[in-house]
Amino acid sequence: MLIYSARRLASGFVLFILVAFITYWLLSFSFDSVIAVRLGASATPETIAAVRADYGLDRPVVVQYVDWLTGVFQGDLGRSFYTQEPVADAIPPRLFVTLSIVVPALIIATIIAVFLGTFAASRGGGADKAAQGIMLFGYLVPNLLIAILLTVVLAINLGWLPATGYVRFGDDPSGWLKSITIPVIALFIGGAANIANQVRGTMIDELRKDYVRTLRTRGVSARTIVYKHALRNAAGPALTVFGLTFINMFGGALIIEQVFALPGFGTFSFNSALQGDFPVLMGLTVFGVGMTVSVNLLTDLANGWLNPKARIYS
Amino acid sequence: MTSTPSDSTVVQPSETDGEEVRKGALARLVRDPQAVITGSILILMIIAGLLANVIAQHDPNEANLYVVNAPPGTEGYPLGADQAGRDILARLLHSINTAVVSALIGASVALTIGTAFGLVGGYFERLRGVTEWTFTLIMTFPGILLLILLMPLTGGDYRATMLVFGVLLSPGIYRIVRNMTVGVSRELYVDAAKVSGVTSSRILRRHVLSVVRGPIVIATAFLCGTAISTQAGLAFLGVGSLSIPSFGAMISEGFRNIGLAPTQYLWPALTLGVMNACIVLFGNALRDTLQGAQPKAQKIAVAKLVDGFEADAESEDTPALLSIRDLGIAYPSPSGALNEVVRGVSLDLKPGETVGLVGESGSGKTQTAFGVLGVLPNEAIVTRGSVRIDGTEILGAPESTLRKLRGDAIAYVPQEPMSNLDPVYTVGSQLVEGIRVATGLSKREAKSRALELLERVGIPDPRRTFDSYPHEISGGMAQRVLIAGAVATEPKILIADEPTTALDVTVQADILDLLRDLQQEMGMGIILVTHNFGVVADICSRICVMKEGEVVETGEAIDVFANPQHEYTTMLLNAILDEDTVRTDPPVSVGKPTEGASR
Amino acid sequence: MTTPLLEGRDLKVSYPVRGFRRKPIEIVHGVNFSVAPGETLGIVGESGSGKTTIGRAILGLALVTGGTVNFDGRDISHLGGAARRALAKDIQVVFQDPYSSLNPSLTIGETLAEPLIVQGWDKQAATKRVLELLDRVGLPKNAAARLPREFSGGQRQRVAIARALAPEPRLIVCDEPVSALDLSTQAKVMELLLDIQREMGVAYIFVSHDLAVVRHISHRVGVVYKGEIVEQGPVREVTTHPENPYTQRLLLAAPIADPLLQEKRRADRARLRQTQHNQDVQAGAA
Repeated sequence: MLIYSARRLASGFVLFILVAFITYWLLSFSFDSVIAVRLGASATPETIAAVRADYGLDRPVVVQYVDWLTGVFQGDLGRSFYTQEPVADAIPPRLFVTLSIVVPALIIATIIAVFLGTFAASRGGGADKAAQGIMLFGYLVPNLLIAILLTVVLAINLGWLPATGYVRFGDDPSGWLKSITIPVIALFIGGAANIANQVRGTMIDELRKDYVRTLRTRGVSARTIVYKHALRNAAGPALTVFGLTFINMFGGALIIEQVFALPGFGTFSFNSALQGDFPVLMGLTVFGVGMTVSVNLLTDLANGWLNPKARIYS
Repeated sequence: MTSTPSDSTVVQPSETDGEEVRKGALARLVRDPQAVITGSILILMIIAGLLANVIAQHDPNEANLYVVNAPPGTEGYPLGADQAGRDILARLLHSINTAVVSALIGASVALTIGTAFGLVGGYFERLRGVTEWTFTLIMTFPGILLLILLMPLTGGDYRATMLVFGVLLSPGIYRIVRNMTVGVSRELYVDAAKVSGVTSSRILRRHVLSVVRGPIVIATAFLCGTAISTQAGLAFLGVGSLSIPSFGAMISEGFRNIGLAPTQYLWPALTLGVMNACIVLFGNALRDTLQGAQPKAQKIAVAKLVDGFEADAESEDTPALLSIRDLGIAYPSPSGALNEVVRGVSLDLKPGETVGLVGESGSGKTQTAFGVLGVLPNEAIVTRGSVRIDGTEILGAPESTLRKLRGDAIAYVPQEPMSNLDPVYTVGSQLVEGIRVATGLSKREAKSRALELLERVGIPDPRRTFDSYPHEISGGMAQRVLIAGAVATEPKILIADEPTTALDVTVQADILDLLRDLQQEMGMGIILVTHNFGVVADICSRICVMKEGEVVETGEAIDVFANPQHEYTTMLLNAILDEDTVRTDPPVSVGKPTEGASR
Repeated sequence: MTTPLLEGRDLKVSYPVRGFRRKPIEIVHGVNFSVAPGETLGIVGESGSGKTTIGRAILGLALVTGGTVNFDGRDISHLGGAARRALAKDIQVVFQDPYSSLNPSLTIGETLAEPLIVQGWDKQAATKRVLELLDRVGLPKNAAARLPREFSGGQRQRVAIARALAPEPRLIVCDEPVSALDLSTQAKVMELLLDIQREMGVAYIFVSHDLAVVRHISHRVGVVYKGEIVEQGPVREVTTHPENPYTQRLLLAAPIADPLLQEKRRADRARLRQTQHNQDVQAGAA
């Protein structure tokens, strides 16, 4: 188990380094145009080259990257081109805003999905049809539309919840809760449908397996078979979807934030990208990729714990 | 012909995906109302988009200050105009074009990359490590974030953005293609093709691609949906040129203007919603036709009974431990009619005797066994007869009655030892669970009982095996564990379904010895389902020969072997390869003698 | 005795292990065998013994890590690409599973024509040959246009045999060709294989776990145990007076389909076990 975890950790680390490099390399193509925009009327090839040299952006990309990476390992992500704020300080509060809608949405989605998927797989008949209908609905409607619909109904027409804006948890916990409620609902519906469908599929496969029949012949109850045996076997494949759903939800949150004017990761990314604020963009990459890598790592570890075979063979 | 008709009942629908089947698939798709309706809506939308300049009277970017926020129905502006005085209908139709182009770019990039690398990674094992890595890498990119971050590079052009997004979508396709390719390349027909001198590229084209095609088509439908909604999301954020009309931009503008003119938001939202829904529903219909209906839910419950079923009331009290009378089990055929696979089987079992239920594949012997245990598959329907265990009728009895009987009176030893153990729990905990359910012993008592049993069934190191996971023990050991689990409560009846078929001959002999010993010790009656007459000769005192769901002959084992009454039994016995016949004719060589000889 | 058609010398076969710099696991540890033209060599063993791997090594489907496989006096154990493909006209295969060994989406005719077409036959000649082959294995002509799923296990195995016969090979590796079939079908497929051999003089390497089947079809038999051939010789000797302790156990473990004879065999087996156990104990003590 220890070796398994260490291997996963190492591979996640290498993945992070590579992704960051590719992003850096891709962004390096846009240096000139970004600087030109900043300089405005005074932009000539000479002044652009001067600014590049100023920031050390005239060196080979690999050298720049290694330089930047060294900084990252020392906790220094550089400063914003525009506000001069240290990137390492600027991102965490915004990430917190985004995570405060993603994490609750993911937890709610998982609970609902496991219940719905298991229910559909082990009941059959009308219950299964109804559950599948609910899942299909979750798929059909883009969460952007759900978000706007909820805002129109719950906030604008009924006035139950605030339509936009974010209240910091420290300032007013109940206000915070109200400010994230609609975004969370908008976000979890699609994710829940996705996970539930996966849970249903793998649960059906499990319930068809031979060991289920053998357990029945030992007098083990249907409830124990479904929840103790089949569900645990089905958890592995469902976990993979769980990891992907997190990444999807995170992406969805970036858009949802805009609807509700939440000062989160997405809004920050968007504004920085518009400005071509290069150090901030790389910082956002570090956090974004670091987060997805750790989620994948966690799902892998959970899978290893759930499935004794995975510990040996992967 | 050469083989028994029962042979042909084996159908593997999942494997069907050939030229002929695809023709059929198209025909089926056209008959599916869901596919026809959603497909037509999509086609109409695409046509409307193509005719945008004909249908709408204005350029989508033409601003007219006189019609700012004009309501729907204004002349020349059937859906009204937005806050900049632009024709909403024109913008809507052009947005369809933007969405379609996004879908085309995103899906085709993802398809090309995913399929090419999926085939290579799936077929050439040496390259798989590299491709696997690359696609995990791509998958780890948080897609939308990356698209935003790369805005300085793409300049926000939605086509460039979709190009990148296509790359980000490709791992999904890669995984599908790679999995299927790995699956196909393990098939023996690919080995046979290799032996026949077929080149790798021909194998990929002819054998692999034909199987992968169906799932790719389905995945493409969903890719288009994802590409469209992602493009809309990005445009909503403001990524992209302002002069390109798109659903996202329109929704964003409409949303900001919602207090003044709510319909401005409604049109693009509705169109996007309908488009997306149609794509998903069309994709689902496509999947149902190409891959067959989705798997049905599996309810754990007693077998269904045919309408108006009544167990045969038997007046005489049979002394038998288990008595099966006129049992019928059927499965619904696709047309809905019931197709009986067990047709009026009757059988008695006395304490201490072993009855061999013998037959070829498809004879209904295993279904009979499952019927007695009450663990028939969901689809099965009991049509007639009676099954009494120790005098209790079990057909129509509730699951609770059956559960009590199973823990106490009747037990089961399966055919395939490995798949009958839950892979995620240790062998010991599975034994303990069964013992506790049946006896209500404490955990500690159940554990010591389980260890005793493991020792009894001849496992050399019971403690170690107790703590092992199923994949850590051999097939023979696993079968001993299952036998231990079955006899844990000293049942009166043991149903063994081909208990040695999956095992080696030397192990088979040991397992048969074990069953014989346990039977003498506990006085169980055993029903042994098998196709192997050697096994029958070894352990059975009586024989029941089944053919196509019916018992054709029953009798004492010695009598049936010596003097079979039914012609089918005679045929089966004659087909057994004789112990004494050894090949005696010498090798003849008349083949191609040397290279280049004329034939 | 004639010169052997195929000869394996100190053949070692391994299973490649995934991962960087990991050594392949050796499964077959140096076996020697030979087949003469028109002869059947039976290879019998239990699951995991390596018997199937020997067959796959001959076919070029497994990793040979030592020794040689000589066909017509030429080592074929490490042939690749075109040289290996050229062998297709001499060495063919019939696999165990009649369901997985035919591509479900190709018609029987397409499956049978494929080996001919890759060897440069023109379409008409191939079609004619396909019909001959179907006739030879006892299937109707219209089978060519049908898909595998319309056929039973026994019929599919006939198709697999026809495919192997298509290029008129001199050797066919039969990997458990009748194990997945019902008893009555099994006998008929065996009869077909015997007829073909007598008529065409093709040699078989017949891999099976079933002694009765091997006894019926082989001229000579090799017994494989844990990756080694522990006993080899003419079929009558090996199956009636085995010398190797494992072969003795294997022989007595197979039940006879006769209650009285089986009772006697069971007793013999118990006695043999006791004797071998005592020998082991003595060997351990010595």
